[in-house]
Amino acid sequence: MGVEIRVEGLTKSFGRQVIWQDVSLSIPAGEISVLLGPSGTGKSVFLKSLVGLLKPDRGHIYIGDRDLPYLPEHQLYETRKLFGVLFQDGALFGSMNLFDNIAFPLREHTRKTEAEVKRIVLEKMDLVGLMGAEGKLPGEISGGMKKRAGLARALVLDPEILLVDEPDSGLDPVRTAFLNQVFIDLNAQLDCTFLIVTHDINTARTVPDNIGLLYQRHLAMFGPREMLLSSEEPVVRQFLNASKVGPIGMSEEKDASELEAEAKMGLDSGKLPPIPPQQMPSNGLVRRGQHAPGAWCAAHGVTPPPGSFIDELGRNWVDEWPRYVASMQAGQAAGAPGGAFPPPAPGPGGAAY
Amino acid sequence: MTTDGFTPGGIGGSSPSGGSTPRRARRAGGGGGGAALRKISDGAVNVAVKEPGRFFALCLDTFRAIFRWPFQWREFIEQSWFIVSVTVVPTMLVAIPFGGILSLQVGGLIRQLGAQSYTGATAVVAIVREASPLVTSLLVAGAAGSAMCADIGSRKIREEIDAMEVLGINPLHRLVVPRMFACAFIALFLNGLVSVVGLVGGYVFNVMLQNGTPGAYLASFNAIAQLPDLLQAEFKAFVFGITAGLVAAYKGLNAKGGPKGVGDAVNQTVVITFMLLFVENFIISTLYFQFVPSKGM
Repeated sequence: MGVEIRVEGLTKSFGRQVIWQDVSLSIPAGEISVLLGPSGTGKSVFLKSLVGLLKPDRGHIYIGDRDLPYLPEHQLYETRKLFGVLFQDGALFGSMNLFDNIAFPLREHTRKTEAEVKRIVLEKMDLVGLMGAEGKLPGEISGGMKKRAGLARALVLDPEILLVDEPDSGLDPVRTAFLNQVFIDLNAQLDCTFLIVTHDINTARTVPDNIGLLYQRHLAMFGPREMLLSSEEPVVRQFLNASKVGPIGMSEEKDASELEAEAKMGLDSGKLPPIPPQQMPSNGLVRRGQHAPGAWCAAHGVTPPPGSFIDELGRNWVDEWPRYVASMQAGQAAGAPGGAFPPPAPGPGGAAY
Repeated sequence: MTTDGFTPGGIGGSSPSGGSTPRRARRAGGGGGGAALRKISDGAVNVAVKEPGRFFALCLDTFRAIFRWPFQWREFIEQSWFIVSVTVVPTMLVAIPFGGILSLQVGGLIRQLGAQSYTGATAVVAIVREASPLVTSLLVAGAAGSAMCADIGSRKIREEIDAMEVLGINPLHRLVVPRMFACAFIALFLNGLVSVVGLVGGYVFNVMLQNGTPGAYLASFNAIAQLPDLLQAEFKAFVFGITAGLVAAYKGLNAKGGPKGVGDAVNQTVVITFMLLFVENFIISTLYFQFVPSKGM
């Protein structure tokens, strides 16, 4: 089971420039969370702070019961073994081939024999679809392959927490979709806590259990996916619907006159689009961190936008869910994972963005 | 190790995790003149205090990392070979004309003073004591330091250094310590190489162009020069190597802003290393003359 990350009052600045301040959130153990934000809001800085590569000016980051920014060096290196980090470009070591890159953490931190190392590395390479590329150097492969190799390297030590920095940057939509599926399957398999930093709205709408939004040096909102997708808060709404109408402007923030002009022209952001069903593990099983569709809305008395939780086949997952879970459990008991029930595909609300 | 300066501060006020609306950004206040002045003062503080402070911190961290087990022999040997490959040929090509020019200049002067038989003695003193450490410093800073900084800087830009730290490996121990020692180790040999090649160059110029006699050149070799001259030169070379390695590592590890950042870091490495090495050369020479009496005095 993954580890919870609890952030309290975190503030970071470079010189006089404040990146963000008073960020408090807790990323639930074993769940997938996505951190969104316009370009340049310090999402990557936040990610690097979580692993202790950057020290915050103030505040605490609790990994379990350890307060990361204030750990002595050797404990910091110990704590980092809980983490797997996928950097934007994979951050592979340019002088080693893919096999050695992926085997690196094993050779450094474990006393496994070379045969065991080989078995684990090949298993992880198979998992990310890189079989046969063991001997290639990072300079010889495409950006997507680098990312997948970086992911395999992040996974070899079976991390409790996986941090992912912009998995979609420089990738085509098809590969992004595959990579998202890999994340979900991994979470189902390993139960590790995921934090994905991205600005891909489609990923944010369909993949995570929780969404956070950084805006204007603050955490605008953090909570379950359904809470943000049904939120009327202007910034959250504009960002999650990739709309031009709202407080976020091209440079930073629209000023009062621009907003007034928008209001005069009668532009409003319209109705909220439906909440798409969440992407499921490819074997059809239910992840431990997964919430039932519509559960948050029901618990908080929020009416989800019309058409929510309906997939491409027209099934409403709020109704289907109990039957789906029951069918899965029956299938598992019979020894056939998956069952006859096709898992939900992201519906109209997901594909539209 | 972290990549930025860090001062542990107090606990910040916490805000609720959800629902807080973003505040309006305040445009940077203050007049243009005030801002410019602040920029200049920031820059001055940065150059005078912060940068040297961070460099010193890196030196201390590296010093601590030296004693961590195991020493990276493989990296050390690979880096030594790499430094040899980028420095040997340029070193020789610089040393030959250097020896020649010394012979020409000093030889002419010595002949006017009527001490022609001491040409060899002056060449040895000039080359072993000063010229070879200087040439070594030029090559160590210009070739070895810049190559090392480019290597570490590009790793930093590609986030390899961050990845290494996340994987629980201290980059100072893994990358910087072996490079620093490789640089110092090779500098010792470069210094010897410059001495030999320079003296041969001087001999050739003296005998062929200035009609000096081979016997006189060789016989007066140890008239003024003495063994401590060579030892102090080797000591200088070692210190130069360590300095160049540390500066290259510091600048490389702090490279930022893409390929241009690496280029800037390399440029600064060369300039800073030159300045430091010349200062160190001056200090060591001065101390040497204070503590070791010259021959025959």
